[in-house]
Amino acid sequence: MSLLEVSSLTVRFAGLVAVDAVDLAVEAGSIHALIGPNGAGKTTTFNLITGLIPPTSGSIRLDGVDITALPAFRRAGCGMARSFQNIRIFAGLTVLENVLTGLHAGLGSNLLDVVLRLPGFRRQERDAVARARAALEIVGLAGRADDAATALAYGDQRRLEIARAIVARPRLLLLDEPAAGMNPAETEALAALVRRIRDAGTTVLLVEHDMGFVMGIADRVTVLNFGRRIADGAPAAVRRDPAVITAYLGAKVAARLEAAG
Amino acid sequence: MPVWLDDFLWTYQNVVYALGINGLLALSMYVVLAVGQLSLGQAAFMGMGAYSSALLTLKLHLPFAVVLPAATIPPVLFALAIGTPTLRLSGVYLAIATIGLGEVLRAVYLNVDALGGALGISGIPERAGMVSIYGLLIVALAVLWLVARSGIGRAMEAMREDEIAAAVMGVNVRRYRLGALLASAVLAGAAGALSAHVSSFIGPNEYGFEPAVTILSYALLGGISSPFAPVAGAWILTLLPEALRGFADLRLVFNGLIIVVVVLFLPNGLLPLRMRRWVK
Repeated sequence: MSLLEVSSLTVRFAGLVAVDAVDLAVEAGSIHALIGPNGAGKTTTFNLITGLIPPTSGSIRLDGVDITALPAFRRAGCGMARSFQNIRIFAGLTVLENVLTGLHAGLGSNLLDVVLRLPGFRRQERDAVARARAALEIVGLAGRADDAATALAYGDQRRLEIARAIVARPRLLLLDEPAAGMNPAETEALAALVRRIRDAGTTVLLVEHDMGFVMGIADRVTVLNFGRRIADGAPAAVRRDPAVITAYLGAKVAARLEAAG
Repeated sequence: MPVWLDDFLWTYQNVVYALGINGLLALSMYVVLAVGQLSLGQAAFMGMGAYSSALLTLKLHLPFAVVLPAATIPPVLFALAIGTPTLRLSGVYLAIATIGLGEVLRAVYLNVDALGGALGISGIPERAGMVSIYGLLIVALAVLWLVARSGIGRAMEAMREDEIAAAVMGVNVRRYRLGALLASAVLAGAAGALSAHVSSFIGPNEYGFEPAVTILSYALLGGISSPFAPVAGAWILTLLPEALRGFADLRLVFNGLIIVVVVLFLPNGLLPLRMRRWVK
């Protein structure tokens, strides 16, 4: 059974069908890429999966459990985490505190514990700090723990978002254009990081425009265009799919490429 | 108690009480601002606490230890009633709804004879004092300080900056907003009960729009980087008019000017020092 099963997911915004009957199955332990031209509905699909917008119809199952109607904040507790296309770190918090927010769903902080500071609460906080430091270690930001999050360079802010997303050891991690704005060396390091996350037991679903990155890392690729799924399969097969080439390059160029063999 | 301290407290009793009560009001503003909401209902909550405590003392002759907690119940119920529908909306709507609440209540106090009408309620015994006022302020500060340093404080800061990202981290944004508004109602209601029981008189015009803005200015001046900051703001704005006593009616102008200057030049308040939000 797939870890994530999306079936005939649809969302309409005032007449525009942004995501149109999309099916998506993400296998546990895989790295799955969601690609497509600008405006294809990739980020909207992410927002639907993480509960930030409600679907018009269709269903989302995580590990067999229907989570379609679950509010976003509850999905974190189900083992789902994500990063954002436009970086969304908490500017007023330090690097370490940002990562600690990623543990919020699991911390069960109640007011009485916080005020009474019972040993159990202190142990839980200390444990959380240790886990947050370990996550920073994994993304290579251990030395910046006490810096203001806004003091980080762009690429480091992206890695901070990943640390915040993986600190709770989610079952499913969604990365929205993690390589955007990165140079080739940084992209290569990112690919190694994503593989390490997968090897540690987290299934990864990512949206990315960098085709070199996607083809090198993904076990499976799903292609969207105008909100519809137009292809799905192994990276090598998808790359040769005429529908995909047409979507990216236009019918004319695709035909000329075909003619040239 | 040494004689000089006794003399000092006797002379400046009203100011010393006002510092404590305004400190509590500043905290009632802080808790809503800390989760990114803008409510102007603190003066209305305070008025409800003041009126209900006065009635409980004068009509039912209850001891103050019962009156003080009981006086926070009406503002809490109102906060629930007003919060549940408005907290789905963004900040401005809550601000408008809570301004409306204040004006509605003023009309009620003015027109209901049992509430004293335009004359207000006088002859309230002086039951509050240094111990009740400062005891409550210290407890409120300690609790809010511990909360701010915990995972709850991190969640509050996170949702203030980015509600969507906070929700994805698992923060129940609506529950936090409602919790903050309820805490605000408790603090302001208690402050109202305390002030009614040190000033012996309460009137319908003491809890309208003007005090609502004054309470907001405490938190704007001090900032909300920690619970101590808004209290410091309240103390400055309470002591300043005493120092500027000669200017009489111009004192409000000074309050307005301070808000403008702080918003323009010190957006994080006078005390922008940030506190660590985790436990070592």
